Amino acid sequence: MQVTTDFKPTIVAFCCNWCSYAGADLSGTNRLQYPANVKIIRIPCSCRMNPTFLLRAFQRGADGVILCGCHPGDCHYTTGNYYARRRMTQLFSLLDFLGIERERTRVEWVSAAEGAKFAQVMNDFVATVTRLGRNRRLEDLRCRK
Amino acid sequence: MQRIGVFVCWCGSNIAATVDVQAVSDALAQEPGVVLSTNYQYMCSQAGQEMIQSAIREHGLTGVVICSCSPRMHEATFRKACQKAGLNPYMVEIANIREQCSWIHKEKATATEKAIALGKAAVAKVHLNAPLTAGQSPVTKRALVIGGGIAGIQTALDIADAGFAVDIVEIQPTIGGNMAQIDKTFPTLDCDACILTPKMVDAAQNDKNHILSYSQVEQVQGFVGNFTVTIRKKARYVDETRCTGCGLCTEKCPQKKVPNEFNLGMDNRRAIYIPFAQAVPKVAVIDPNYCTMLNTGKCGVCSKICTAGAINYHQKDELITRQYGAIVAATGFNPISMEKFDEYAYSQSPDVVTSLEFERLMNAAGPTGGVLLRPSDGQHPHTLVFVQCVGSRCDGGEKGKPYCSKICCMYTAKHAMLTREKYPDTEVYVFYIDVRTPGKNFDEFYRRAVEEYGVHYVKGMVGKVVPENGKLHVQASDLLGGRQLHIDADMVVLAAAIEPDKSARPLATMLTASMDTNDFFTEAHPKLRPVESPTAGVFLSGVCQGPKDIPETVAQAGAAAAKVIGLLTKDHLTCNPCVAHSDEAMCNGCSACEKVCPYGAITYESKPFRAPDRSTVLRRVAQVNPAVCQGCGACTVACPSGAMDLLGFSNQQILAEVDAICK
Repeated sequence: MQVTTDFKPTIVAFCCNWCSYAGADLSGTNRLQYPANVKIIRIPCSCRMNPTFLLRAFQRGADGVILCGCHPGDCHYTTGNYYARRRMTQLFSLLDFLGIERERTRVEWVSAAEGAKFAQVMNDFVATVTRLGRNRRLEDLRCRK
Repeated sequence: MQRIGVFVCWCGSNIAATVDVQAVSDALAQEPGVVLSTNYQYMCSQAGQEMIQSAIREHGLTGVVICSCSPRMHEATFRKACQKAGLNPYMVEIANIREQCSWIHKEKATATEKAIALGKAAVAKVHLNAPLTAGQSPVTKRALVIGGGIAGIQTALDIADAGFAVDIVEIQPTIGGNMAQIDKTFPTLDCDACILTPKMVDAAQNDKNHILSYSQVEQVQGFVGNFTVTIRKKARYVDETRCTGCGLCTEKCPQKKVPNEFNLGMDNRRAIYIPFAQAVPKVAVIDPNYCTMLNTGKCGVCSKICTAGAINYHQKDELITRQYGAIVAATGFNPISMEKFDEYAYSQSPDVVTSLEFERLMNAAGPTGGVLLRPSDGQHPHTLVFVQCVGSRCDGGEKGKPYCSKICCMYTAKHAMLTREKYPDTEVYVFYIDVRTPGKNFDEFYRRAVEEYGVHYVKGMVGKVVPENGKLHVQASDLLGGRQLHIDADMVVLAAAIEPDKSARPLATMLTASMDTNDFFTEAHPKLRPVESPTAGVFLSGVCQGPKDIPETVAQAGAAAAKVIGLLTKDHLTCNPCVAHSDEAMCNGCSACEKVCPYGAITYESKPFRAPDRSTVLRRVAQVNPAVCQGCGACTVACPSGAMDLLGFSNQQILAEVDAICK
């Protein structure tokens, strides 16, 4: 595994509209820094996260994928994050089977009031993925430019 | 191919200082389908919106990407602007390059690069956007207020005054809530009953207002404008329409040893009772746990003496189902239990009381008729110690609550002042961490307690209370004096923290409203939308949203009512068009989506399809009710055949964003 200091991983963050996306906005409002390689995709609820999205991100060259949703019990749609948690747990066991490092994927609960937590989670996740280096195992070479 | 216009906003210097906006608009101009890419100082301003509108007309744009602040901020603004220029509002996408880019990055090159990537993702998504039309749903012109304390009463009265029907559901046999138990209110020392009970009577006499006392919400279905609520009206065993409230039964009932909740168990009531003299509705209720007739079938005294013939031992719980346009949660609070605070000897001595118990002891309608007597021996106390912040502002949260209960400093000052006023021979000590008196005339009130009434305020915590020889030995620290204090007190009064009512959490689940970790309802925006819950059509009134005193509660109750009135004056509401949609050709009728739908929006219908042998077969396919669907997308992932998709956040749209970001 090639680890260089200037390696900038590509990180896709899926954030639910009601809590985590608002939490990300709050961390912006509070000017809390996190690396620019985190790019956020807004989804209505963490339960909108189709496992395909994660696999596709890895195929297309993402080095880490994180899903953020409302805290358990606080879902805007009551139970969406429970579905998300279950589905992701299952998906992670598939990723284990494929030999993808577990640290490349993460599920975090970030509320709309937790701007600081959002920034901290992202800093931590980027540091972890940077340490792991590039994701080569799932990357579809046909997609590489 | 879409004809897309990209508009990059400088947001003054908020974006332009860290993002090279010209570079972003130049880079996005190269994207497929982009026919125009430009930047401007303030896109959300009148001039900026006009610029977008004229570009839509001139270039025949079919999609618009705006690189600006968060969609939570101005998505609605830009959609409306584009709609005015003839573009479908759902053909607009926002790339969040302020909150999620310029504000968090300092280096211009990386911020610009990220802004371009986010813009590209939005362009890729817009390519797959389709015009959506928001449906309309009718509004039921009736409101439900859950909780009949001062918050609920005020909200209901204000709604009723505007001419809308409103129901108050109260779990207790009478409305009034916590405020009914208070003796006098700070900072004016108004007689509480004199200000609350007229409001209770108003609530009962208003034609538009209906009180469902001794009732509980069992089920909530539906959505803003169209809630269907099932309410359980518990059996009172007394016919409400016949009972005149004469109270004869409550005097003759032979079961005399029932702890009286209204006086916090400090005296007894009968098995058939009226909670207090000014109760509304003034109708007796039989406590089924203590009634001899209900438990053994032998008694029937109340039935024999009731001249109105109101007693009905065979009454059953009644389930009422009604439609509402809006729901207001006003579930209020309770003081926390003192069982974890045994250092104050609450369980060991009856002379250690909570502030609410003290309130009843001082109340003319209380167990002692308003004469302050020690509960243990009925003697007049001479030394009183008030302990503030019992359970409030506790770190760790194990024992108490992390928040400030807000009202305790003021009611403790009130109690101390009233004690000194009524009984000048008493010595009154108040132990505090901080005295917090932000409110109109509050600090003046507290200073009066200290300066005019000679209450001893001591900064410090009480460590232990030990009952000894009929006295309460109080060990405390005086932080400012730097010494330990030992006081032999006759009574100790604990300012217990307040917590949301236990019914709030199950209710929040029913309403799909969110709560914070302390079980207070969360508001839609902590500053700008303080009386709305994030769930459309659910509003918040009173302490269920956070600790408040009476004036604040009444103000919030009025604000919640104004929001409800604003909603109920509309005949129709525009629905969110970003809802699930099933491709009937692909659906195999497996019911996976139906099972995960939290709203019951999915039903099945048999529809004719052409089979391979050209015969017509009936096949069960999923149907989404767009008025009920809230657009969470749970079903889209559950669907094994990929038939279910979410409009506005389709699989293809999200995958396009993923591809654009990962490039």
